[in-house]
Amino acid sequence: MDTYALLQITWWLLLGVLLIGLAVMVGMDMGVGTILRYVGRTDLERRVALNIIGPHWEGNQVWFVLGGGAVFAAFPLIYATAFSGFYVVMMLLLWSMIMRPLGFEYRSKLPSEAWRNTWDWALLVSGLVPMVVFGAAFGNLFHGAPFHFSWNLTSTYTGSFLGLLNPFAILCGLLSAALSVFMGAVTVMNGAEGVIHARARTLARVSSVLAIVLFAIGGFWVRGMQGFVLTSSPAAGIAQTPLQQNVSLVDGAWFANFQAHPVLWLVPALGFAGMLLGLLAAGARRSHLAWWLGAVAWLGVIGTAGTALFPFLLPSSSMPAQSLTVWNSSSSQLTLTWMVGFAAVFVPLVVWYTSWAFYVMRGKVKAEHVSADEHAY
Amino acid sequence: MHDINVVDLSRLQFALTALYHFLFVPLTLGLSFLLAAMETVYVTTGKPIYREITQFWSKLFLINFALGVATGLTMEFEFGTNWSFYSSFVGDIFGAPLAIEGLMAFFLEATFIGLMVFGWKRLKRGQHLAVTYMVAFGSNLSALWILIANSFMQTPTGASFNPVTMRMELSSLTELIFNHDAQAKFVHTSIAGYVTGAIFVAGVSAWYLLKRRHVELARRSFRMAVLFGVLATAGVITLGDALGFIGGQAQPTKLAAMEGLWKSEPAPMPFNLVAFPSQKDQVNRGQLQVPYALSLLVTHSMDGTVPGVDRLELDAIARIRNGIPAVAALQSLSAAPGDAAALATFHAHEKDLGYGFLVQRYAADVTQATDAQIATAARETIPQVAPIFWSFRVMVLMGLLMLAYFVLAVIYSMRNNIEHQRWFLKIAVWMIPVPFLACEMGWLVAELGRQPWTVYGMLPTWMSASTHGVGYMIFSLVGFVGLYTAFIIAEMYLMVRAIRIGPDASHAGEGAGPITDTSQAARLAGYAQEA
Repeated sequence: MDTYALLQITWWLLLGVLLIGLAVMVGMDMGVGTILRYVGRTDLERRVALNIIGPHWEGNQVWFVLGGGAVFAAFPLIYATAFSGFYVVMMLLLWSMIMRPLGFEYRSKLPSEAWRNTWDWALLVSGLVPMVVFGAAFGNLFHGAPFHFSWNLTSTYTGSFLGLLNPFAILCGLLSAALSVFMGAVTVMNGAEGVIHARARTLARVSSVLAIVLFAIGGFWVRGMQGFVLTSSPAAGIAQTPLQQNVSLVDGAWFANFQAHPVLWLVPALGFAGMLLGLLAAGARRSHLAWWLGAVAWLGVIGTAGTALFPFLLPSSSMPAQSLTVWNSSSSQLTLTWMVGFAAVFVPLVVWYTSWAFYVMRGKVKAEHVSADEHAY
Repeated sequence: MHDINVVDLSRLQFALTALYHFLFVPLTLGLSFLLAAMETVYVTTGKPIYREITQFWSKLFLINFALGVATGLTMEFEFGTNWSFYSSFVGDIFGAPLAIEGLMAFFLEATFIGLMVFGWKRLKRGQHLAVTYMVAFGSNLSALWILIANSFMQTPTGASFNPVTMRMELSSLTELIFNHDAQAKFVHTSIAGYVTGAIFVAGVSAWYLLKRRHVELARRSFRMAVLFGVLATAGVITLGDALGFIGGQAQPTKLAAMEGLWKSEPAPMPFNLVAFPSQKDQVNRGQLQVPYALSLLVTHSMDGTVPGVDRLELDAIARIRNGIPAVAALQSLSAAPGDAAALATFHAHEKDLGYGFLVQRYAADVTQATDAQIATAARETIPQVAPIFWSFRVMVLMGLLMLAYFVLAVIYSMRNNIEHQRWFLKIAVWMIPVPFLACEMGWLVAELGRQPWTVYGMLPTWMSASTHGVGYMIFSLVGFVGLYTAFIIAEMYLMVRAIRIGPDASHAGEGAGPITDTSQAARLAGYAQEA
C-alpha cells in the first residue's frame, strides 16, 4: 500500500484510540459528575465521590483537549467543518465543559450550602451535556450534516441547531451518557465504601442494561438507514479535495464493511461483551474488573461506529459528493509522519505516568480524611 | 461569502476570550516555577516554614489555575467554530503544535498537578518536589508550543501552498519550531509570566507585612519573589528588544504602527515618544520626538532605517497586482486540477497569493479589480496605528516601572528593613495589577499589529472566519460575557478570601510525620531553630 494511504489509515486508527481514551477517561469523570447528586445525599458523601476523581480529573480532561488537537492536526478539514457547522452545539458543549474545572476547584472552598449546591448542579450539567453531545455527534455522522464547499474549500453549513437533535442522534447521545454513567459508577465503587458504594452499584447495573438495549436498537436502526457509498474518487493515497468525487446513497450501506469482512462483526460483539460482563462484574462488586470491561465496551461502540462509516468521517447530507473521507480531509504526508512520531513517543509516556499517578493515589477515599484534609475538594 | 460584521464580531469574541484567558496564564507560568523554587528550599534545608510557604502559595495557584484551564478550552474551540477557513487553510501546519502541546506539555502539567495537590502525604519529599517541577515544566512547555503556533501566524516559516489541496502545507517542522520569532516570543512571554508571579507573591506578602500577619512567611516569600522578579524583569526587557528587532524586519507594518511612522525618513530616524496618530489623514497630530533613537532601537545602528506607512502602501499595491493572477489561476485549477498553464501562472505569482486574496474582499472576480479597489486593499494592510502605538508604550512603561520597583525591593529586602519601609509595602500591593496590564498590552500589540492578516502576508483575516450569520455571533458573545463575568467574580472572591484567611488554615488537620506537627509551639520552635 502507498505510504500516504497507510499514514492516513494509521491516523484514522489513532484518532479512534484518542476518542476511546477520551470516552473512557473523561467519560468516567463526567459520569461521576452526572451521578454526584444521587450517590451523595449529604455534602460529605458528595465530597467523597468528588475526591475519588479529584487527583485525576485534570489529567483525564487532557484526553479531550488532545482529541480536539488531533482532529485539528490530522484531519483539519473535519475540524473546520464540524466545529463551525455545529456552532450552537459546540458552544453549549464548551460552556458546560468550562464549568467543570471550577466545579471541582471552587465547590468546597466556601462553606455555604447554596454555593456548593450550585456547583453540584454545574457538575451534573458539565458531566451530562458533553457526553450526550459526544454521542449525538457520532449519531449525526450516520445521517450526514448539511454542508458544502466553495471553490477554495470555504465550508458553508445550511442546517439548524434543532436538525442535530434528530431521534437517532438522541439515541446515540443517551448511549454515550449511559456508558459514561456506568464508568462513573464503577469508579465511585472503586473508591468508596458503604452506602455510596451501594448506590453506585445500583447505577452501574441500571446504566449497563440501558446501554445494551440502546446499542442493540441503534444497530437495527442503522440497518434500515441509507448509507453513503463512494462511487468514484481519486485513488486512496493521492492528495485530493472533496470536490473531486461522486457519492451515492444506498439502503443499509453502513453495514457494507461488515458484510465484506465478517471478521469485523467482532467489533460490535466486543461492545456487547463489555457491557454484559460489566453488568455482571458490577453486580459481583468486582469494580476494577467492571471498569476495564467498561473500557472494552467503549472500544466496541466507538470501533463499531468507525468501522461502519469507513472511509467516511463526515458525510454531507446536502451535497453527498462533497462528503469528507479519510482520503480527502487529512493533513499532508509530512505532517502525518511527524505526528505519528510524536504520538508513538508520547502516548506511551502519558499512559505510563498516568498509571503511576493512579497507583500513588490508590485505595479508598474515607469521609474522615476528606473532612480533615484541607487540600481536598 | 463572508459577512464582514461576522468577521468583526468573531474578532471581538476571540480577542475578549483570549485576553481573558491571558489574565490567568502568566500567573500560572510564573507561580509554578516560584512554587518549585520554594519547595526546593524546603527539601534542601528541611525547614518547615518553607513547606508552609509552598503549600500556602499553591493554594492561591490553584484558584488561578482552574480558570486558566477552563478558559483555555475556549481557545481550542474557537479556531474551529469561528475561524473555520483559517483552520482548514493552515491546519496542516497550525494543528501540529497544538496537538503536540497537548501530548507533550498539557498532559504533564495536568496529570502531575493532581499529585501536587493530593500527594503531600503519599509521596516522599523528593518525589513531591519532582512532581512540582513537572507541573512547572509542563506549563512552560505548553506556552512554548502555543507560541510556536502563534509565531507561524506572525512570521510564517516552514510552509508552502499546495494548489492541489488548496491549502498551506508543512514543508519543514524544524523551520516551524525554530522560527526566530517563536524563540524570542517564548522567552519574552514566559519570563513576563515570571514577573507576574513575582509581583503577585511580593504584593500579597507586602500586604501581610503591612498588617503584621504571618511575618515570617511573608518576609521570606517577599525576598524570594523580588530576587526572582528583578532577574525576570531584566530578561523581559532584553527579550522584548530582541523581539522588536526580529519582528520589525519580518512585520514592517506592525513596526510602523508601533512607532507611529507615517513617512519614511532617512537615517538616523527619530523616535516618537508621544504622538497622537490619525489613521484617516495618516499623520501624527502633535508628537514628542527623541532624535536618532528609532534607528538605534529597531536596527541597533545609527544608519539603519525602517519603512514608513507611505512606502509600505506602495509595496502593497505592487504585491496585490502581482497576486491577482495567482488567485485567478487557483480558481481555474480548482475547476480543472490538471490545467498546466494555470499551474505555471500560479507558480509565477505564488508569493503574493495572500495579497491577491486581500483585494478579493472588494472584487469577487479579482481580475476585474479596479485601481480604487486595489488602493483600498493596500491601505487596509496598515493596521490601526493609535491603539498599537499606545498599547506598546503602556507596556514598555509598565516594564520599566516594574524594573525600578524590583531594584528597590531587592535593596530593601537585602538590608532586612523591608518591614519598616511601609510606603514601599503599600506600593508593592498596588503593583499587583501592573504586570497583568502589561501582558494584556503585549497581546494587543502582537495581535492588533498582525492585522489585516491571520497569517501575515498569506491569509487575510476577512477570509479566515466561518460563514455564519450575525445571530450566532451575538448568541455566543452574550453567553461568553455572562459566564466569564460570573467566573471572574467567583475567582476574585475566592482569591481575596484565601489571602485574607492566610496560611493558618493550611494547618487544620495536617498530621503526617514530624514535619507537619501543627501546634503553634512546634512552629515557633521551628522558626527559632532556623534563626
